[in-house]
Amino acid sequence: MANDSYLNVLGVWKSFDGHPVLRGIDLEVPAHSATVLIGASGSGKSTLLRCVNGLEAVDAGSVTIDGELEVTDFNTDLDAVRRRVGIVFQSYNLFPHMKVLDNITLGPVKVLKRNVRQARDQAMELLKRFGLDSKAQDYPDRLSGGQAQRVAIVRALAMEPEIMLFDEITSALDPMLVGEVLDSVRELRDSGMTIVMATHEMNFAREVADTVCFLNNGIVWEQGAPEELFGNPKQAETRNFLSRVR
Amino acid sequence: MVFKDPMRQEQSRKKARRDALIGMASLITFVIVCVVLVTNSSGWSTFQETFFNGDQFVESFPTLLQAFWLNVRIFLIAEPIILILGLLVALARTLRAPVFLPLRMIATLYVDVFRGVPTILVIFLLGFGMPALQLQGVPSDAIFWGTAALVLSYGAYVAEVFRAGIGSVHPSQTMAARSLGLSSFQTNRYVVLPQAIRNVMPPLLNDFISLQKDTALVAVLGPIEVLRRAQIDTSSNFNYTPYVGAALIFIALTIPMTRFADWVQRRTAKKRRAGGVA
Ligand SMILES: Nc1ncnc2c1ncn2[C@@H]1O[C@H](COP(=O)(O)OP(=O)(O)OP(=O)(O)O)[C@@H](O)[C@H]1O
Ligand SMILES: [Mg+2]
Repeated sequence: MANDSYLNVLGVWKSFDGHPVLRGIDLEVPAHSATVLIGASGSGKSTLLRCVNGLEAVDAGSVTIDGELEVTDFNTDLDAVRRRVGIVFQSYNLFPHMKVLDNITLGPVKVLKRNVRQARDQAMELLKRFGLDSKAQDYPDRLSGGQAQRVAIVRALAMEPEIMLFDEITSALDPMLVGEVLDSVRELRDSGMTIVMATHEMNFAREVADTVCFLNNGIVWEQGAPEELFGNPKQAETRNFLSRVR
Repeated sequence: MVFKDPMRQEQSRKKARRDALIGMASLITFVIVCVVLVTNSSGWSTFQETFFNGDQFVESFPTLLQAFWLNVRIFLIAEPIILILGLLVALARTLRAPVFLPLRMIATLYVDVFRGVPTILVIFLLGFGMPALQLQGVPSDAIFWGTAALVLSYGAYVAEVFRAGIGSVHPSQTMAARSLGLSSFQTNRYVVLPQAIRNVMPPLLNDFISLQKDTALVAVLGPIEVLRRAQIDTSSNFNYTPYVGAALIFIALTIPMTRFADWVQRRTAKKRRAGGVA
């Protein structure tokens, strides 16, 4: 196995109520690369991402971060994992009782024990980078979906993660607002962040992905560079799926 | 830009004025008819003499107010303790780690017992029972045990209110907080509880209005609070005006509180609607 890969998923199985969702997933994500997960609804993309940051416990197999941190080991402190792994969800899940700025500084102040001043400065810098600095003092209910999702991205970034997981972050958005959120992801990717992203945006996948993985029935059915997978899919299931989403 | 047709505005102002006038006229007529009917009925003078006796009222009201101060003190002491107890019990019931099993069981048992037993029974039990033990170091003060009984009884209700509040915060909020590396304690403290408490403010205030009234239950143990005072005054003069006086005192306190609770309810509902998806 390649040791230069940042995230290693090996033979991961996961079932809910006796219904298998992941059936032996293998995945290697090199540092500073973007991996895009595609697949039909229910194929296990969200579940896989949630296993990577320990929100779900696996039934079998292992998830290793940076060749050293075993997410799947019972003795691992999952809070330590989550400090290094950022995740953004389809429903932004901002904290509605906190201003945008406080949403962002909560993690750095309480978890990383930064002082408030420093955390705020850093948050403002991030907000500026994503064109959101004018929203710092607003409550989440004043934001558009696109702005809310970008704040959620900033909130995850404020923890200075080494890898970012995105779970269909544009699916709840008005089509008009998808672009601004994808721009943020593109920006991150260009800055060298390691990214794993589940999405239904095939054009975006083709553009930013280093590797595209097609999940089918809880298995990585086919993977490859985007030109290859989209241009010349080898498996019938992949062709079938692609013909349905296009 | 806002555009309003001046004609329509004038018409709607006129209509509002007319509606207000009609309402007022209707109300005045109604009150006059009631007053005439009631005061002309045969039993009115005895009724008035028994419940609304002016001399009796003037005589008893100051002593009633004085006695009511004890109700206020019981309330002010009980309320914060109830809040803390209720919150702790509700939190104990959310603990999932196996070491906390005894704690969780005690909390559940406590709520089951004290929600099931009438408050007045708890007051009898503690207020008469505990002093009867005559144990060293156990206070025999009726006010102490009466207040303790209210705390235990209302603590169980409030614990359930808080538990419902915690349940009303969507699990995705917890998921988001844990994803940021916050511990389970921090997630409760900074994310779940603030939203839970905001969501249950209206029922919580209702419980407090109820507690304000139930301070009168302590009367059964003997302390001279407002109800006991009214009872004494009533029996010495064979006139029921002091009871009406005591009722007025309670109303004077609960009506503003009810209005406040309504206002909080509306505000909470608005906030929740607005904050829906975020
Ligand atoms: N916590 C859970 N409890 C029970 N079943 C679950 C749970 N989470 C996911 N599932 C089930 O697992 C299956 C895979 O879900 P998952 O969300 O991983 O799919 P997905 O590929 O992300 O789909 P989508 O494109 O709709 O988001 C679904 O059938 C879902 O109902
Ligand atoms: Mg999903």
